[in-house]
Amino acid sequence: MKTKLFAAAALALGLATGAAQAEPLKIGFIYIGPTGDFGWSYQHDQGRKAIEKALGDQVETTYLESVPEGPDAERSIERLARAGNKLIFTTSFGYMDPTLKVAKKFPDVKFEHATGYKRADNVSTYSSRFYEGRYVIGQIAAKMSKTGTAGYIASVPIPEVVRGINAFMLGAQSINPDFKVKVIWVNSWFDPGKEADAAKALIDQGVDIIAQHTDSPAATQVAEERGIHSFGQASDMIKFGPKAQLTAIVDNWSDYYISRAKAVIDGTWKSEDTWGGFDKEMVHLAPFTNMPDDVKAMAEETEAKIKSGELHPFTGPIMKQDGSEWLKDGEVADDGTLLGMNFYIKGIDDKLPQ
Amino acid sequence: MRLELKKRPEHSKAMAIASPLIAIALTVAFGAILFAVLGYDPLKALYSYFIEPLTEAWSLEELASKATPLVLIAVGLSVAFLSNTWNIGAEGQYTMGAIFGSIIPVYFWQWDGWMVLPAMMIMGMIGGALYGAIPAFLKTRFGTNEILTSLMLVYVAGFFLDWLVRGPWRDPGGYNFPETRDFSEAAILPPMFGNGAMHWGAVFALVAVVVVAFLLGGTLKGFEVKVLGQAERAGAFAGFSRKKMVYFGFLLSGAFSGLAGIATVSGTVQQLQPSISPGYGFTAIIVAFLGRLNPVGILIAGLMLALTYLGGESAQVTMGISDKVVRVFQGMLLFFVLACDTLILYRISLVSGRSSAGKDDAPRENLVPAEEAV
Repeated sequence: MKTKLFAAAALALGLATGAAQAEPLKIGFIYIGPTGDFGWSYQHDQGRKAIEKALGDQVETTYLESVPEGPDAERSIERLARAGNKLIFTTSFGYMDPTLKVAKKFPDVKFEHATGYKRADNVSTYSSRFYEGRYVIGQIAAKMSKTGTAGYIASVPIPEVVRGINAFMLGAQSINPDFKVKVIWVNSWFDPGKEADAAKALIDQGVDIIAQHTDSPAATQVAEERGIHSFGQASDMIKFGPKAQLTAIVDNWSDYYISRAKAVIDGTWKSEDTWGGFDKEMVHLAPFTNMPDDVKAMAEETEAKIKSGELHPFTGPIMKQDGSEWLKDGEVADDGTLLGMNFYIKGIDDKLPQ
Repeated sequence: MRLELKKRPEHSKAMAIASPLIAIALTVAFGAILFAVLGYDPLKALYSYFIEPLTEAWSLEELASKATPLVLIAVGLSVAFLSNTWNIGAEGQYTMGAIFGSIIPVYFWQWDGWMVLPAMMIMGMIGGALYGAIPAFLKTRFGTNEILTSLMLVYVAGFFLDWLVRGPWRDPGGYNFPETRDFSEAAILPPMFGNGAMHWGAVFALVAVVVVAFLLGGTLKGFEVKVLGQAERAGAFAGFSRKKMVYFGFLLSGAFSGLAGIATVSGTVQQLQPSISPGYGFTAIIVAFLGRLNPVGILIAGLMLALTYLGGESAQVTMGISDKVVRVFQGMLLFFVLACDTLILYRISLVSGRSSAGKDDAPRENLVPAEEAV
């Protein structure tokens, strides 16, 4: 009896999925910042909208914004699961353990955690090789800077951020071996006030180009006011700095999100780790602006080389900050080392907070 | 011509009970207008905010779990506040308690057995109390303002935690991410039902409410707290020591905050991270005053404030109401509660010319940096 019932149910389900009026797939998102941060969370929300646009009636999306990492995260994720979402994207590193805990309670819900490293049967991880973009902007910075010094507004010292600073420096050093980077840690992902203060402090210390790994356009606005150049982060920030922005590292989650939603609908979703860069279109560079044509040509060439796999930003010889050897000539860093990177390369004028 | 608050000679007992109800009614009314103006169905929005979180068992557990640290910290603070000792640094004591308690699962992670949890909880209380003793010492010895010192120590504790999880306490198998190792099974406060969110910390909070209610209502110490809080000179004549009371207030509220910290870390987060509190220590100040520094009142206020957070999430999920609107609504609720309270103690009068009111007439609530917590 039970099996019969089950078979009937399965049949009904099969018919239902095939039919046009199928129950839409409910998809939930958790954001660390407000969707209006014009950076990280904004870009994830663009991905959510892209799913809605691409899949229309087949999906229904919900999000919770400004969810702090820590004790509240688990509840927020669980709420989305309870609300009937069958695919949930948790879009900040700090949601890692809460995501796994909720995933254990809801084995039939698929979870996608951004930038983490712990997976389960129903938890995938995904991230972008932002460092590829950072290498390119490092090169642009070295070409464009008159003082030979760039400022770098860093968020929190996790490997992803350290890796970004190193990639930026490697790109700059490939053009100007004596290039200098000044780093300020603001210990927050989204704090426009602190980000703007950091930008002002860096400019007062003589930098004439600003890069950032924080989520708001505040630094670009300051750069615009002070008449220097900057790079946007996560999202194209050109409207905040039409004269300042050289380019921006744009996170493109849309393609990935659409493909994962489709996979759930088709029943082909499985737990995996995705770490895509230029090659998978997960990292874009915003149009190159406010720079001469030769710099633009160089940037485009580097971007193409990284995309084709001809150039890996972390290729030896590279020395650590203390002068010891990290990578031999021609040696390429493996992903494991990159994922756990907690040291600076030679030439960075900062002490890594730890 | 201007408005002035004048102290009422007598407080209406009936109004004291009615005021929270009036405040809620006003919030609901203005909230409905707010939602309607923004194009949401006000009845549905209010339902998803206030009622929906109470309709399911898991959500009730989440409510208890969210209220636990708030109530635990606030009952401790109420004793300090009643004795006229202004501990604004509960957030720091919470953090220190979490750190002290975590020494065991971080350094002795192989240790197993029923002793682990009690040891952690006691360490947490010691950590919070010791950290609370610093502003107490500074006040009694050098006469520093405890509001400032306790508040500033919050940030010191936060950075100390940050340094620990990025440096010496970092999980050796965690790719250098800023977290300690996951606590072992023995170091996790178990859920009370199945694998729900409510852990045994909720019982600590209830016990704390009972203990403080008894302390204030049935002991000489409680009498001493109130006498020194209301009339210090009278207390001195009775032989009560102001200095000892400052220590008592800080040690007690520090210990409760520390317990809240380690209970939350052990029961909910299950490892140390750079962020272990969404501002519980500051929100608890509001809870303490909403509950009128009365243990039972605090229990109710803690649950109510927890509900506003859960309701906010529920409104976001079911109605797509923005997080910002939800915060405005929370702000309205607090505003009306405090406004109604103020009008019980004071009346508004229109005066012309110069003020006759002295500084002492200023509402006590103003001493608390309420905006810190919202």
